[in-house]
Amino acid sequence: MNAEKALKWALFAYVALAFAFIFTPVIWSFIFSFNSDRFPSLPLGSFSLKWYETVLSRPEILQAAVTSLTVAICTSLLATFIGFCTAYTDFRYHFMFKQAYLALAMLPPTIPLIIMALAMLSWLAQIGLSGQVISIIISHTVLAAPFAMAVIRLRLNDMDPNLEAASWNLGASEWRAMREVVIPFAMPSIIAALCLTAAVSFDEFAVAWFVSGLNKTIPVVILEILQGNVDPQINAIGTFVFIISIALIVTAQMLMLSKGGKKEATQ
Amino acid sequence: MPLLIWQVLFFVVPLGFMFVMSFWLVKDYRMTPAFALDNWLKILTWGIFWRAYGYTLALATAAMALASLFAFPASYTLAFKASDAARRWALFFLIIPFFTSYLVRVYAWQVVLAGNGIISAILGFVGLGPLSLLNTPIGTLVGYLTLTFPLVLILQTISLSSIDKNLIEAAHNLGCGPLRTIFAVIIPAAKVGLIVAALFCFILSFGDFVSPYYLGGSKPPTLSIMIIDSTKSGQQWPRAAVIAVMMIISLLTVAFASVTAAYRRRG
Repeated sequence: MNAEKALKWALFAYVALAFAFIFTPVIWSFIFSFNSDRFPSLPLGSFSLKWYETVLSRPEILQAAVTSLTVAICTSLLATFIGFCTAYTDFRYHFMFKQAYLALAMLPPTIPLIIMALAMLSWLAQIGLSGQVISIIISHTVLAAPFAMAVIRLRLNDMDPNLEAASWNLGASEWRAMREVVIPFAMPSIIAALCLTAAVSFDEFAVAWFVSGLNKTIPVVILEILQGNVDPQINAIGTFVFIISIALIVTAQMLMLSKGGKKEATQ
Repeated sequence: MPLLIWQVLFFVVPLGFMFVMSFWLVKDYRMTPAFALDNWLKILTWGIFWRAYGYTLALATAAMALASLFAFPASYTLAFKASDAARRWALFFLIIPFFTSYLVRVYAWQVVLAGNGIISAILGFVGLGPLSLLNTPIGTLVGYLTLTFPLVLILQTISLSSIDKNLIEAAHNLGCGPLRTIFAVIIPAAKVGLIVAALFCFILSFGDFVSPYYLGGSKPPTLSIMIIDSTKSGQQWPRAAVIAVMMIISLLTVAFASVTAAYRRRG
């Protein structure tokens, strides 16, 4: 029995080790964003906010933050709208080539970003849309829509298809049924999809780097700082980005996990 | 159907256009539509390309093997030894890294692995001398694992925990030891999930450019770095397109082979 217990402990210790590998870099950059030394080493220097001050005093970084937010918001709205339509189409209709349609809908995340980046850059340049904020929004929407679709589709799975039919029988038009039955039901997942797609867009750097031209987003700025020297500003920016992304993800997950269906529709 | 139009316009068409562009010519730093095999001949007879190809393939395969091996004991523990609540929390935490900036995590590793970093100090302590793992294939692999390990762990845990527990009980009752249960019952039962996890790891590593660049020192370059170099400096977009098409073909081959292997019946 003791051997079995020891084995179990060893296995859990291993899991802890695996988690340590995953989370060390995250925690590491968080700690060093408050460290006064330029070159990170142990023991730590004194607590300092100077990297945050440096970051906040650089107009180009604030500019990038504005671009990032604009892109993330537009992307999340567009991608969630597209995702909802796809999920609803899949839920409601059966048609020829549906498999192909769904494969097309889910494919983008499996193509390496660097290839997407090149393809988007060359195509957008061809149709005269490269180097603008809108080019980043378009590309990010392509990348993020499948996530929105997956989240919303999961929620629609739980909906009784008769619910919609019932509302038609009660005299609701298709639009009204959509507005008052389907959308309220899917609402938690729609908000979750908004958060998720915003987070995807907020962290994406490869495609943004290629198509953005002079309109840099935050990850692109990080990428460019990385090409220079050791610079703890990255830790400070990273902490900001981390907090925003985590807030979005935690919101999304809570909405997905809560059994939103029990909630009374507020009329 | 808005998704269909959107995805065709900004996903299928860009990829298709990239393929077409791979036959174009660059004259006086301008792309000219043409149907020429110049770029293809140039790349396919270029020794450096094939060396980069082999190197990328080897690294991605190594990352796939390491991630699968390292993740298995952890996902085994999470699937069979942990309580349901603990497993849910573990999965919840494992999703977080996807939305923390990969760039910031790579930067953290850069500092840890550098010649004056912590790993070097530990190695020096045990007598292996100060040793920089930066700009080595090991550095690249650490980066690949940072990117892929959480995903592999999640997919493995999900596929292992969906195995019918009765199957394992039966094996035990028939006198099968724990190790033999793993190899004769659990791994075959979870084969599809394990292969899909490994495949995603391969795809992500194969296309990633951050780790080989910032942790591997881009010497020798991987295919993704070659794409960036020929796109960003020098207007060699068509050649970059050739490399991208080659990458897509390779990925499709690997994906097809592993899906076939996953669903092949035994015996």
